[in-house]
Amino acid sequence: MNGESILKVTGILLEYLIPTLKIFGFTLLFSIPLGMVVACLKMCKIKPISWLTNIYILVMRGTPLMLQVIVVYYALPYIRMMEGLPDFLKNMLSGIDVASDDFMFGAVLTAFVLNYAAYFAEIFRGGIEAMPKGQYEAAAALGMTKPQTFFRIILPQVIKKIVPASSNEVITLVKDTSLANVVAYAEITLKAKQQMMNYSSLIPLFIAGVFYFAMAMILTFLFSFIEKKLNYYR
Amino acid sequence: MAILEVTNLSKSFGELGVLKDISFTVEQGEVVSIIGPSGSGKSTLLRCINQFEKADDGRISICGLDMLVKDKNGRTVYAPKKVLQEIRLKIGLVFQSFNLFPHMTVLQNIIEAPVHVLKQDKSQATEKAVELLAKMGLSDKAKEYPCNLSGGQQQRVSIARALALNPDVLFFDEPTSALDPELTGEILKVIKELAAEKMTMVIVTHEMQFAKEISDRVIFMDGGYIIENGTPDEVFENSENERTKQFLERYHS
Ligand SMILES: Nc1ncnc2c1ncn2[C@@H]1O[C@H](COP(=O)(O)OP(=O)(O)OP(=O)(O)O)[C@@H](O)[C@H]1O
Ligand SMILES: [Mg+2]
Repeated sequence: MNGESILKVTGILLEYLIPTLKIFGFTLLFSIPLGMVVACLKMCKIKPISWLTNIYILVMRGTPLMLQVIVVYYALPYIRMMEGLPDFLKNMLSGIDVASDDFMFGAVLTAFVLNYAAYFAEIFRGGIEAMPKGQYEAAAALGMTKPQTFFRIILPQVIKKIVPASSNEVITLVKDTSLANVVAYAEITLKAKQQMMNYSSLIPLFIAGVFYFAMAMILTFLFSFIEKKLNYYR
Repeated sequence: MAILEVTNLSKSFGELGVLKDISFTVEQGEVVSIIGPSGSGKSTLLRCINQFEKADDGRISICGLDMLVKDKNGRTVYAPKKVLQEIRLKIGLVFQSFNLFPHMTVLQNIIEAPVHVLKQDKSQATEKAVELLAKMGLSDKAKEYPCNLSGGQQQRVSIARALALNPDVLFFDEPTSALDPELTGEILKVIKELAAEKMTMVIVTHEMQFAKEISDRVIFMDGGYIIENGTPDEVFENSENERTKQFLERYHS
């Protein structure tokens, strides 16, 4: 590959940074709140709810994300073929074009959000359960309500506790977005593979690698900055 | 007027009876120390009064408000939530392990409840907090975080935090037990000053000398019972009770 084609490939990959960032951003946007809900469900005093939530977490963390993406993506054609499906549902599902970009993105995002919510849930739960009982009691002794105690006393301390573990997840997520290429969703890795074959050269893959590395570095610095900011107390 | 009235209180954890038929009163302005061997139920008693444990039976009333009563069917029931909250604000509790909020400065710790629970405005709460800090000898620490303070300083902040709500009675559960010996003096001094101001206080402590000096009355607990309830002289010097004598002897040796 000459300098000109390297520049051209870089341009193409830069363009497909956008779908990569879309998976990254929307996964964070939905999986963090969902993770909080899952954490609450797992800590729920009603045993069946807590058990079911735990099974969900175990499955999500115990099977590969790539497999989960494939399952979500290929589920639709099989569900469509199922006997005894109500007509309206059949009509609705048959209207979906599985080769469309939107459907691919939807499938990838669904799998990512479900998977990452399980990881975030465990981090949140760990953080909340690590809070000493004395903090709740001190707040109660001062007459604070349960919501006040949670939002003013517990949550700020939990956030500080979970930043290191969360930053690991976020950095992993940036690299995991490349898994979307298994369902042919056009993002950096898929495009790099195509350009590799196009030019019969490994250089496009290296360029893709540089992009991921740069994003991981930016996040690393961002989180170490946040950790420093939160270090005003021990 | 009795600030605190506990009548026939009992409490068990499963099979284990921890409080058995506890009755005592604390009058306005009185300082009462509770002493007794480890496991005798001192903390559990304070925790029942402060609504951290549910008592099984008996009655508790605080500042004329019934907290735990018998209903007309003879069942032991707690007061409605609103009354419980009202009672909570009339009493302060100082923990053995301080339990300051580590993410807040000393000042923020003290004004947290006045501002967010009593809905005082911030400047008014701050004014009072500054006053309390001066009283605790911590004027220069207002902007510090608890982690930068010694244990003794943290405990003084936690006393200030409890006082910021203007409680009618203050409870202490071993306020000096988590401190290095050379730091206990500063806490005991603060408590003495409060006693001189006629603050009503109930203090669980292992500091016998201190209990003797400061208390109007001393309660000795053992095995979940109140064994003795009298003046320091009666309990420390002239007790007829074998268990009391044994317990005090162990402390002297
Ligand atoms: N939450 C609990 N569950 C079960 N048992 C408990 C609980 N809290 C206290 N106990 C038991 O109740 C008994 C009294 O405990 P308590 O803490 O009131 O004693 P104490 O007089 O404060 O002792 P110490 O001087 O060591 O602080 C002990 O046997 C203790 O093991
Ligand atoms: Mg105790």
